[in-house]
Amino acid sequence: MTDTATVASRPMHSTGAARRAGARRRIGFSWLVPALYILFLMVPIYWLLNMSFKTTNEILGTFSLWPNEFTFANYHKIVTDPVWYNGYLNSIAYATLNTILSVSVALPAAYAFSRYRFLGDKHLFFWLLTNRMAPPAIFALPFFQLYSSVGLFDTHIAVALAHCLFNIPLAVWILEGFMSGVPKEIDETAYIDGYSFRRFFFKIFIPLIAGGIGVAAFFCFMFSWVELLLAKTLTSVAARPIASVMTRTISISGYELGVLAAAGALTIVPGAIVIYFVRNYIAKGFALGRV
Amino acid sequence: MTLELRNVTKRVGGETHVAGVTLTLERGSLNVLLGPTLSGKTTILRLMAGLDVPVEGQVLIDGRDVTGTPVRQRSVAMVYQQFINYPNLTVYENIASPLRVARVPRTELDRRVRDAAALMRLDSQLDRYPLGLSGGQQQRTALARAIVKRADLLLLDEPLANLDYKLREELREQLPKLFAEIGAITVYATAEPSDALLLGGSTATLSEGRVTQFGRTVDVYRRPTDRETAEAFSDPPMNFIAARIAGGKAHLPGGAILPAHGPLAGLPDGEITLGFRANHLYLRQPSQDAVAVTAKVAIVEITGSESFVHAIHRDMRWVALVHGIHELNPGAPVELYLDPKRMFAFDRDGRLVAAPDFAAAA
Repeated sequence: MTDTATVASRPMHSTGAARRAGARRRIGFSWLVPALYILFLMVPIYWLLNMSFKTTNEILGTFSLWPNEFTFANYHKIVTDPVWYNGYLNSIAYATLNTILSVSVALPAAYAFSRYRFLGDKHLFFWLLTNRMAPPAIFALPFFQLYSSVGLFDTHIAVALAHCLFNIPLAVWILEGFMSGVPKEIDETAYIDGYSFRRFFFKIFIPLIAGGIGVAAFFCFMFSWVELLLAKTLTSVAARPIASVMTRTISISGYELGVLAAAGALTIVPGAIVIYFVRNYIAKGFALGRV
Repeated sequence: MTLELRNVTKRVGGETHVAGVTLTLERGSLNVLLGPTLSGKTTILRLMAGLDVPVEGQVLIDGRDVTGTPVRQRSVAMVYQQFINYPNLTVYENIASPLRVARVPRTELDRRVRDAAALMRLDSQLDRYPLGLSGGQQQRTALARAIVKRADLLLLDEPLANLDYKLREELREQLPKLFAEIGAITVYATAEPSDALLLGGSTATLSEGRVTQFGRTVDVYRRPTDRETAEAFSDPPMNFIAARIAGGKAHLPGGAILPAHGPLAGLPDGEITLGFRANHLYLRQPSQDAVAVTAKVAIVEITGSESFVHAIHRDMRWVALVHGIHELNPGAPVELYLDPKRMFAFDRDGRLVAAPDFAAAA
């Protein structure tokens, strides 16, 4: 009995060992591809940081993997020069304004698309998405003249409103997915319990789709933050966005590459901060929503 | 309070869900809506609640027309088949929700919530969130929220359908007592005849959006007024065979002749359909009057100590529910006995013309 048992167990053991060895070999390759991918992604960002701590002379003069003359002068220039830091403040102002506008307008719209059937609802819903497909450039000229004529040129609200063009449809789509994940019976149960629509919407419904609101707000903020063309067209001095300040610096002061690199590095920061705040929602969000 | 549906019709996009339903439900009564899926049970409940508005007809409460009154102005509670609770509120807050909206004072609210929770045996779960509970606990939370409100009308849409067997049995036992205590008009929709029989009260059988019969549950079961009702209220389904009454005897298509005893006595000559329940189709001769017919075994399902023998007689499919284990081979011929005392007779339009004695009809 014991003999056959050990004999029988031996080949099993050896195949098990072979399988483990095979698994180890597979792991040996499998880390390589993501590592290369991340490396390629990170190289430009590293290079940006690298340049932001160099002087412009070093950037132009030598090719070095890390700063030889480490300096904070570039960052110092940005936080002290009002042209530079106002660029950031302007961008944050209109991106935040746009996020609040887009989400608060998209909430009732998404609720209607999710809960009611009305004439042409599916077409309207798809038409919203097609707004995203249009390049912002084609709207630049009409927007410029329209906003100028009503005296909104060079204001934060102008850029925030213009960005609603593509952010509201996006927010509606994201929120509709989340809302449709909440059973309609919850709405009805609330009405049966005696809730008014307002009370139900704010006390029951909004907490249920908080993740979706977080994700929608994140996308609105980011798209507004990175959009350059409309923001640049609709502003001159008072509401000029950071991306626009960056392009000007090249043309006027010649080569201020160190400051430019520092500005670029700082431009990444708000996105990173927003991601940090919605990080829990975003994973849950992508799973629940339909984006 | 009485609830009355008067000739209520609901159509959605050209499809008729409920057609001309008239029902009067009395205060404190327990009513079962019995019918297969898509027979209109849920729609009738929604019309009663005021969640849907009928395209024709009226809904009256104590004779007052409330057809267009929105749900939040009515005294209604509803439990869905899916376990519907507010996921962002604790069990306690879920149960308290209708009382909070109604601004019930704090001490009374607390007492009523704890009473309802105790009744549903949720005492130890009050601080937890619904999604962390088992299905049975979630549904009990929904039931507790429905009863804590003390609404005049309590609607339950297949509340036990999504629960496992054990819990279903347990809740099915508690519910009738609970309904009796509440004193509201209770309407319980179900697809299972056994639910209706266990709950008692009154039953309305539904078929394709119409109420085929409404009356005391036992009466509807033992005296179905037509074939549709008998079909809806039989599980396993009722067996049927065409017959010709002539000279005081029922002639079956295979040449067998049933003596016209019991319900068949005194029927006028002509074509009828005989219906009989699965437990009245026998493998052994039950009485001297019973007549054998030959059928072919289709399949035998054995559930512990009972056998469901599915057999084909001519082109009709029958089910016999017999005690004990009977292992018959599919395709084998089998002698089945029909007892004239147990026969329901339906005329050509499907109306009941004769039924067994009240005691023999079960």
